[in-house]
Amino acid sequence: MIAWDPNMELMPEAELKKMQFKLLKTLVYRLYSFSNFYHERMVAHGVHPDDITRLEDVAKLPYMVKSDLRDNYPDKIFTADPEELVRYHVSSGTTGKPTVVGYTKNDLENWTESLARALTSCGVGRGDVVQVAYGYGLFTGGLGLHYGAERIGASVVPASVGNTERQLELMQDLRVTAICCTPSYLVHIGETAKKMGISIKDDTRLKRAILGAEPWSDQMRERIEEEMGIKAYNIYGTSELSGPMFTDCAEQNGIHMWSDIALVEIIDPETGRPVPDGEQGEMVVTILQKEALPIIRYRTGDITSIDHTPCQCGRTHPRIARLSGRVDDMLIIRGINVFPSQVEHALLGIPEVSGNFMIEVDRVGALDHMLVKVELNPEAFSDKINDILDIRRKVGHTLKNMLNVSVDVEISEPGSLPRFEGKAQRVIDRRVL
Amino acid sequence: MDVTQYTIKQISVFSENKPGRLAAIAGALQDEGINILAFSIAEANGFGVVRALVNKPEAAYTKLNAMGFMVSFTDVIAVKMRDVPGGLFEMAAILSEAGINIEYSYAYSGREAAVLILRVDQVDAAVEKILARGGTLLGADEF
Repeated sequence: MIAWDPNMELMPEAELKKMQFKLLKTLVYRLYSFSNFYHERMVAHGVHPDDITRLEDVAKLPYMVKSDLRDNYPDKIFTADPEELVRYHVSSGTTGKPTVVGYTKNDLENWTESLARALTSCGVGRGDVVQVAYGYGLFTGGLGLHYGAERIGASVVPASVGNTERQLELMQDLRVTAICCTPSYLVHIGETAKKMGISIKDDTRLKRAILGAEPWSDQMRERIEEEMGIKAYNIYGTSELSGPMFTDCAEQNGIHMWSDIALVEIIDPETGRPVPDGEQGEMVVTILQKEALPIIRYRTGDITSIDHTPCQCGRTHPRIARLSGRVDDMLIIRGINVFPSQVEHALLGIPEVSGNFMIEVDRVGALDHMLVKVELNPEAFSDKINDILDIRRKVGHTLKNMLNVSVDVEISEPGSLPRFEGKAQRVIDRRVL
Repeated sequence: MDVTQYTIKQISVFSENKPGRLAAIAGALQDEGINILAFSIAEANGFGVVRALVNKPEAAYTKLNAMGFMVSFTDVIAVKMRDVPGGLFEMAAILSEAGINIEYSYAYSGREAAVLILRVDQVDAAVEKILARGGTLLGADEF
């Protein structure tokens, strides 16, 4: 195993925790003294930096949410002097007012180091040719990976998004070995290649893809890996935390969250209480060394679980599971959190039905009742009622196993459920709560 | 013996269990001038399968498929039964003795005799046994 920064990446867990505590303590004292925003928050919350006496005390600190960034647009929360700022990124603002993130030289340095470790852990390094097909500009993806790939000594092709045929030409001519982009864009590149008579597997040297910035599934990873003959790694980050920062390692069994950079908590989004390792909840992140725009206990809205057990790769930093959804999409059915994305993942693994579905929730008496409507694939149609009932049972069992909630399944005709352009609305909740 | 002359193409259509679906199917067949000779609906909670013997199965398939229905062909056989007590028993006993399973069946009263439509798990064997025991099967050309 090759690590970019072995001292840090392989540090025993106990030492990592000591280091995290020191960093947290420093951060809290600094912000209590120098940030109006955090000072007021801590006072209102009745917590003083002296109350932080061990790592778990992070839970005593108040949360930060996205609207805090919007309400303080553009830079009211910044703690660095304006002349210390060396870059700005701005979110697209698709769900409201945009948010602005500023970076000092050290902030960029930490971001780049984080990705240098991440890319190395995916097997990318000197001698690799990395096509960065994330958007450059205000979006953090392009420049983030650009600097990370340069740091490890790879050759970078700053292709950005679009002009797909040209991307394929470059991939062939420059002997590209790794690509960074959204999973859907890579699928599009694959389809374009087919039309051009190019086989990614046979006609290019592509070996690895670093994919993220949108939800995707393990099924999609398998499909991409098989069709293109490559390994596909998941990447995580959001602009509030700096940008893309963390990836799977070669084990592809969770995203390593570097402990010197991020302190990760998983909480029940309803109660705010911590959930045990392995259980799903909302990820709350403290970025331990941010200078320009400090982030304490940021509620990401992303649902995942955390694993502190040792990774086969040897890295000691905890791993988070593939995101299973967003808090905003969460349904609570008989007390259990259910995400439409979990239903989608389950259905993608069942060939007899399509991935299109609708969830209808009702309250029958005192009980929540969830109905999942799925479309039968024409190839799976049998005129024997029992065969179709078997499919319905199979879907029901699969969903029960995945969600821990019993659901009713309704088999619909192909094409009969609503189609969506843009963001799908797959839930009808008729409960009067 | 050529058993194919006795295997009849039944058309099967998946239908959600809601008002208007059967009317849509029947109306489409009417538009195409297709006659329904025998017909049944098997229903489960939420959906059903409409099964029909029609005089122009290919045309029915094309039309319903184009309308977005899930359609398939199934091979069935049509047995003439003596329209007297014990008529059904005679047929069922022949298949039972031969170890042939009836997956489903429906009957209609034909011009000359009662007709039993059978979907069985071994079509060829069923045809042979019924004919060997003196039974009468309708030929595919009679539909």
